[in-house]
Amino acid sequence: MASVNDFDLKQMTQDERVKALGMTSEQLTGRSMFMEFDAGASERFLYPWAPDVDFNKRTEIDSDEMTSTEVNEEIKKLMNEGYGTIVLKNPRGKHSLGVGILSKLNLIIEGSTGYFGVGLIDGPNVRITGRVGWSCGENMMSGTVLIEKNAGSTFGAAIRGGDLVCRGSVGSRTGIDMKGGTILVGGDTGALSGFMMQRGRMVVCGNAGKNLGDSMYDGTIYVGGEIKSLGVDAVHAELTDLDKSWLTRKLTQYGMLPKNGVDHFNKIVAGKMLWNYDNLEPSEKKLIL
Amino acid sequence: MAGTQYRGSEIKDVDQFIDDSAGLSSEREKEIGQHIGYRYDVNLVPDYKVITPFLSKYMEIMGWDDLNWLEDVHMGYEDGKPAVFDRNINGWVRVPDDIILPDNQQDRDMIARELLVKFQMSDRHPLVTLRKAYMKF
Repeated sequence: MASVNDFDLKQMTQDERVKALGMTSEQLTGRSMFMEFDAGASERFLYPWAPDVDFNKRTEIDSDEMTSTEVNEEIKKLMNEGYGTIVLKNPRGKHSLGVGILSKLNLIIEGSTGYFGVGLIDGPNVRITGRVGWSCGENMMSGTVLIEKNAGSTFGAAIRGGDLVCRGSVGSRTGIDMKGGTILVGGDTGALSGFMMQRGRMVVCGNAGKNLGDSMYDGTIYVGGEIKSLGVDAVHAELTDLDKSWLTRKLTQYGMLPKNGVDHFNKIVAGKMLWNYDNLEPSEKKLIL
Repeated sequence: MAGTQYRGSEIKDVDQFIDDSAGLSSEREKEIGQHIGYRYDVNLVPDYKVITPFLSKYMEIMGWDDLNWLEDVHMGYEDGKPAVFDRNINGWVRVPDDIILPDNQQDRDMIARELLVKFQMSDRHPLVTLRKAYMKF
């Protein structure tokens, strides 16, 4: 390392610098799969392995005496039998209910769920009439989840897609590490919401706690109420007409549009000062250290 | 040093990364020989006025009132070619040359969403093979 100085480095090409510093070059952007879409692909709307369910075919599960695993297996069994609407009664705060559903389905949970409810889902529409514990909708890929009352902390942790909606208030670290999708909160959200958010949208109709959007890399947070404080690298941005139109549409869809509309919402985005995406920076740090 | 200023370039034109595949605009990008940041605006929300009939039908079949997870899908650009990032295979899938691109990002995004849904639901998607080989549950 001592044989390479700053002046020499600046004269080199990227490849030469990397070699001189003993580093290997790594492409940090997405890797091409060298695949091409088929422009004439047939119109299919469900995964090839998805069960053929009918929303009009409805059934119920009474989960009072069942374990979470038994409930989840029963849901899958009923989907394979073509049931498209399943009502789950007496959830009694069980953990991990309705996880891993990878196709379309209407799931209605009458009551409250515990930790990690409806995580890892890809497609279903879920309505929970009670409250939910920590990490509801964790790693959700697509679909909609509507919670009628309040939610615990880490609501929508690492969500990748879909709409995760809580009509009430949620705890802290909402949308931590979210990588896509939309989180809607009708009430307030706690501290460190949007922490390390990478993309997607979070909408909070009420107030936001301390350090909102701390260390966010990308994505957008809309807040209708007061913000206690912004986190590192979270900055205000201009609310565009397109934002307003999208907000109005989305909030109306879930019956959550405030009486005074959306013009007063604050828009928070990443200041991009923490972006550390280039290959050379680790080498530079090494050189300085 | 890292974390002191944003040193990427701004997206100013819809064809920016087709005309200049390297996309080295800012001083830092020129210095390191690498583009910094996304090649499309990841925060652009969809304009539903330009939705395609296929996507409307997809929403109806899934029981959704909007594009749902597809709101995060945009047309990006890889090596000067239009491409779409498929999260299920963690890679870019190229848009065929015979598809004529509209002159605005919103319309391009709708094409990207349609192509991605058709691809993900087809038997030629790599997830079909992976699922057969590795599915546990």
